[in-house]
Amino acid sequence: MSLLEITDLRVSFPGRGWRAKPVEVLHGVSLDVAHGETVGLVGESGSGKTTIGRAVLGLLKPSGGTIGFNGETISALAPRQRRRLAKDIQVVFQDPYTSLNPSLTVGDILAEPLVVQGATGKDARARVRTLLDQVGLPADAAERLPREFSGGQRQRVAIARALAPQPKLIVCDEPVSALDLSTQERVLDLFIDIQRSTGVAYLFISHDLTVVRHISHRVAVLYRGDLVEMGPAAQVTSEPAHEYTRKLLLAAPVADPSLQRERREARRNLAAA
Amino acid sequence: MEAMTTPSTELIVAIEDAAAASRTPIWKRLLRDPQFVVTASILVVIFLLGILTPLLTQHGPNDADLSMVNAPVGTPGYPLGADETGRDIWTRLLHSINTAAISAIIGAGVALTVGVIAGLIGGYFGAVTRASTEWLFSLIMTFPGILLLIILMPVTGGDYRFTMLIFGVLLSPGIYRIVRNLVVGVKNELYVDAARVSGLGNLRILSRHVLFVVRGPIIIAAAFMAGSAIAVQSGLAFLGVGSLQIPSFGAMIASGFRNLYIAPTQFLWPSLMLGVITASLVLLGNALRDTLEGSKPTPVKVGAGQKVAADGVAKAHASGALLEVTDLGIAYRGPSGQPREVVRGVSLSIARGQVVGVVGESGSGKTQTAFATLGVLPPEAVITRGSILFDGQELVGLTDAQMRPLRGKAIAYIPQEPMSNLDPSYRVGSQLVEGVRSALGLSKREAKARVIALLERCGIADPQRTFDSYPHQISGGMAQRVLIAGAVASRPRLLIADEPTTALDVTVQAEILDLLRDLQSELDMAVLLVTHNFGVVADLCDGIVVMQKGEVVEAGPATEIFQNPQHDYTKMLLGAILDEGSVRADAPAAAPAEGILR
Amino acid sequence: MMISYILRRLGAGLILAVLVTFITFLLLSTSFEDVAKTILGQSATPEATAALMQTKGWDRPLIVQYFDWLAGAVQGDFGVSVYTSLPVGPTVVQRLLVTLSVIVPALLITVVVSVVLGVWAASRGGLADRISQGISLVGYIVPGLLLAIGLVVVFAVRLKWLPATGYTPFSEDPAAWARSITIPVIVLTIGGVANMAAQVRGRMIDELRRDYVRTLRTRGVSTTSIVVRHSLRNAASPALTVMSLEFIQMFGSALIIENVFALPGYGSFAFNASLQGDIPVIMGITAFGVLLVTVVNLLTDLANGWLNPKARVH
Repeated sequence: MSLLEITDLRVSFPGRGWRAKPVEVLHGVSLDVAHGETVGLVGESGSGKTTIGRAVLGLLKPSGGTIGFNGETISALAPRQRRRLAKDIQVVFQDPYTSLNPSLTVGDILAEPLVVQGATGKDARARVRTLLDQVGLPADAAERLPREFSGGQRQRVAIARALAPQPKLIVCDEPVSALDLSTQERVLDLFIDIQRSTGVAYLFISHDLTVVRHISHRVAVLYRGDLVEMGPAAQVTSEPAHEYTRKLLLAAPVADPSLQRERREARRNLAAA
Repeated sequence: MEAMTTPSTELIVAIEDAAAASRTPIWKRLLRDPQFVVTASILVVIFLLGILTPLLTQHGPNDADLSMVNAPVGTPGYPLGADETGRDIWTRLLHSINTAAISAIIGAGVALTVGVIAGLIGGYFGAVTRASTEWLFSLIMTFPGILLLIILMPVTGGDYRFTMLIFGVLLSPGIYRIVRNLVVGVKNELYVDAARVSGLGNLRILSRHVLFVVRGPIIIAAAFMAGSAIAVQSGLAFLGVGSLQIPSFGAMIASGFRNLYIAPTQFLWPSLMLGVITASLVLLGNALRDTLEGSKPTPVKVGAGQKVAADGVAKAHASGALLEVTDLGIAYRGPSGQPREVVRGVSLSIARGQVVGVVGESGSGKTQTAFATLGVLPPEAVITRGSILFDGQELVGLTDAQMRPLRGKAIAYIPQEPMSNLDPSYRVGSQLVEGVRSALGLSKREAKARVIALLERCGIADPQRTFDSYPHQISGGMAQRVLIAGAVASRPRLLIADEPTTALDVTVQAEILDLLRDLQSELDMAVLLVTHNFGVVADLCDGIVVMQKGEVVEAGPATEIFQNPQHDYTKMLLGAILDEGSVRADAPAAAPAEGILR
Repeated sequence: MMISYILRRLGAGLILAVLVTFITFLLLSTSFEDVAKTILGQSATPEATAALMQTKGWDRPLIVQYFDWLAGAVQGDFGVSVYTSLPVGPTVVQRLLVTLSVIVPALLITVVVSVVLGVWAASRGGLADRISQGISLVGYIVPGLLLAIGLVVVFAVRLKWLPATGYTPFSEDPAAWARSITIPVIVLTIGGVANMAAQVRGRMIDELRRDYVRTLRTRGVSTTSIVVRHSLRNAASPALTVMSLEFIQMFGSALIIENVFALPGYGSFAFNASLQGDIPVIMGITAFGVLLVTVVNLLTDLANGWLNPKARVH
């Protein structure tokens, strides 16, 4: 049985203006994530990938379909019951500059989810030390403020915060998009290491096929609120079946002038077809 | 959210400066500000005078001694004289301080309490709650406040405390707005979402994350509102609204006004005291604002041109290149005053019709170099050394007026973020026409025709419709095409493109790159392409310049650098590009028994 | 569509006026007896008081009394003053016009001066900025009341350039009218400029730092064009909302300083009516006050919509 089961999920947003009709941004998407697996969710703006992530996290209410977690339906939970899930489902956001409260120390930020779950001060502090170690940050980082760290380091803090309650699933919403190239690779490898040692599953959202390919076991491709393709990472990202995925693959420029020329040709041929 | 970008150099500098500056605790910073110390001290002294009134006076505030009517200053027992009914002015003055203090406390207190609570509720909770609080406070705001206070005199019985309470309510919409905007701003921050996912309830989120942000503005508002309350109460008392038994500045000023010719000093004392109190509160508020909210950006002369250090400019020799940058240095002045160099001796050259990619990570200074060439560095930046030769002409040190003939004509620019680079108040077409007319001097009709033709050339399906649209009505990709159209309108010799595709979807990105390539070959433009993406470089560029932390570490033909990078940094960058072939090989970790980490 | 928007807003304003006058009426009804006693003066025996109240209809249920008033009000009949028996409607309007004849010129001058000062400070920086901030500071620090009295003492009493008190209607003698409102207008303007100039300056600074300004510069657009056509227009929108608040603020200040200049305006009218408990007059004053503010807010929103396409009514 899968850890996360999304069935026919629909999400609508209220229309703008007086009596405007609501706009559906997800048109019945189904996918699943197994224990310890990384499922990459790829798409462009307006695809609905972030919306799926927020629905799984309980940050918005679906207008149709269900989300099942560990056998339990979580899509229609009341806020109080939803909070219970905090120890199982966590998040790492895209922007390292605004996903950490700038006025709290790193130690406070990491302890917060623990304290909420009922840990004592002493336990929380010990756990914070372990977490910092796990993500490769020095122990004295706990006393410092987020603004004293670089983007990559802040993202590590965000990862540590997500790991604090020992979750089964982490929703990663474009976690490396705002990082420099060199940092990207390091942080992605950190994600992989953590998955290997803790067995946590990832729903990894990104617009970048190469990133998704590097970290995912399976990949789902979204286009304008529909799931157009899903399958093993190697296959979907190298020999895609659906035309949109092919278009996506060929649109990303490759760092080699002659290979890029070929790709350009292939893309033009695809468009002409 | 769209594809995010790494922080710009300006942002990095600002963040680092803020980190350095804010290590001192707030109270210490306040005590170092003379404006704060002086005004706070004055107010404390005055306040104390009010509290110690029984010890300092020998008469009651309403003790009228007819033999002392209009007694002059210095009369024994009446140090400041007596008023028209023989009451001691010194005593009344001190009692008035208390009246003012109480007015301030009630007025500001009620305003803050009501405004803050409503602002927190209205800002944090859903749209329906917000709509009702909005409506309520718009209602209150529509009341002609002072009129109402006058009218309700029969109801309040003239008790100034009740009047101040109502005034506080009337004042609360201002606070409500401030708090609500702050809360809405914070509510949408990712760290609040993260807190919610961590399982924090609303109350906890409000107190831990939201309230902190609101703290500073409330304190500042308190100072200003106190001043307002005192001024209004004095005004009403001046009119005669309220009990005549309560001594207040307003009442004293009124009687002093009546006796202006007989005994002018009667008017002087309360006016002076009221003036000092109000002035101090305003200046205190300003001092608090400067410290708590940090200094606001100061205005700089628009069109001043880039700043150049006095001894900076080197005389470089003209080579055959179209653009020749030699030993360029750019520094930023932090708030502490220390200049920090972000570009340190950069040299590069671009030949006619050549496409050069300037590659680097955040903080490399690549965009700064591009801005310096255009002459649009922000006012905090100074060019410390070096030269920029465009077709033999030295650009460093030119004023804005001297740069204008080049801009939009010979040198053009495409920005990174399309939406924020269009004026939201004007239709897209008219903005382009304005640019074209400034650069080429065409008539309105000619310019419009040219722009529409360009929009079509740049791949916009319905050019007339886009021409008539406002920026918020078109998509990101279309906006970028619009900006490209505007840039190439004059067939520039050099096009400076600052990460032109980073903010776009990847499929749109590919189309824009195609467009740029076509335009470049059609117009034979040289292109300075700033990017962090080697794929884009591979697609478009003839030459590459690699920058790291303000310096050029490697430069050369694109094919060479890709195949045979020399510098370690270049090798590291190319190596960090995720392999086309790197795929996850290991199977998903087995479902853990207890989630224990090893 | 625009018409329906205007009508909706006016409708909302009317509802608001009804609401406010109703609440006011309820609050004032507690003093009916006191008013009756004041009218009777010495002969205020309990029986006489009760009889008078019956004659006036003040012993009827409050709702009935209110609706009676409302019925008359929508037809333009706001009753008569309890003390002078003059019709309320025309009197209120006349007094309102006097106050408006001071506020409107003050507001117009304030807007012009504030925009000029704010734009000058924001686009020049340096000395211009310091001067502008200094003027703002002075306006903030000195309470309007003291400023009013001070100017009267200096210009009217000592120098005798302008009349200290009194008001000449425009229709009678424009020049005298202008002289009689000069000092009040100056006082209101100084306070208004203090606030607005700072707002305009702040917004302009923000606008001038925007990305699109840089892009326009790279196209070769002139500085003047950027400042005036683009930045000012974008800064104007938030500055406009300040203007409607400024109007309400000025309205309040005017009510107080009218007293200093003995102007027969809204403020003294309201004060006297309130003091005497002249309930029909108070109701009329309240109704007109609310309607006035509604109209001002509506005009500001319309102007805002014209300036800012995103805020336009759909």
